[in-house]
Amino acid sequence: MVDALELDRHRPYLLRFALLQLRDRGAAEDAVQETLLAAIQGASRFAGQSSVRTWLVGILKHKIVDGLRKTSREQPIESLEDRGEDLESFFADDGHFTEAPGEWASPERSLEERGFFEALERCLQSLPRNTARAFTMREILGLETDEICKELRISTSNCWVMLHRARMSLRACLERSWFLPGSGKAG
Amino acid sequence: MAFRLTCKEASRLISDGMDRHLSVLERTKLRLHLSICDACTRFTSQVAFLRRALKAYPGPDDPEGR
Repeated sequence: MVDALELDRHRPYLLRFALLQLRDRGAAEDAVQETLLAAIQGASRFAGQSSVRTWLVGILKHKIVDGLRKTSREQPIESLEDRGEDLESFFADDGHFTEAPGEWASPERSLEERGFFEALERCLQSLPRNTARAFTMREILGLETDEICKELRISTSNCWVMLHRARMSLRACLERSWFLPGSGKAG
Repeated sequence: MAFRLTCKEASRLISDGMDRHLSVLERTKLRLHLSICDACTRFTSQVAFLRRALKAYPGPDDPEGR
């Protein structure tokens, strides 16, 4: 059994999680508030197989999807970057990588390190808002791409481009900031 | 898209392949490209790792609740 005070201790953490995906403080605060309320109401159902935080994040994911539906209705995609049109910077005119992906040493071990997830967060924050939304809807919230296109009101081909762009950017960002910091790149 | 893919085209198919089924032709072209391209081979395993990392996000619990 968990009490309201215990749940509230997780608020700052949940807010960070929601903010990363919603990119809107008001919407993130709403999602967290609804999550904590739902958790208090459902506290007797918390069986304790997972940590309290994992349980809360599970509830929060649903609230974030609701929040994304709402914000994407209110904020249409406008920037060129968000339409994925700056993918060009990753490739030379002949279609080769301008900076070829380097060799990452035992990436799985990173999943045990908090520092890795902090680097991942910073990289996600550096993505254009809607690119980040599309990517986290796919990879954190687990939506299918046709749902994502529908929610963000973009064409399917645009959706593929945005996801490609997100993966290119995140890969490069993690390589620079975590896996191979300070490495001189060769093409 | 010619039969020989550029890295730009290959990386797009690698990304698309995470979210939809590629056609036989797309898979064939991609396999051919990967057989000669170390950069795209690394890209393939790195985007697969990204998926696992995002599944694991937000990572190990912090006892301080930060």
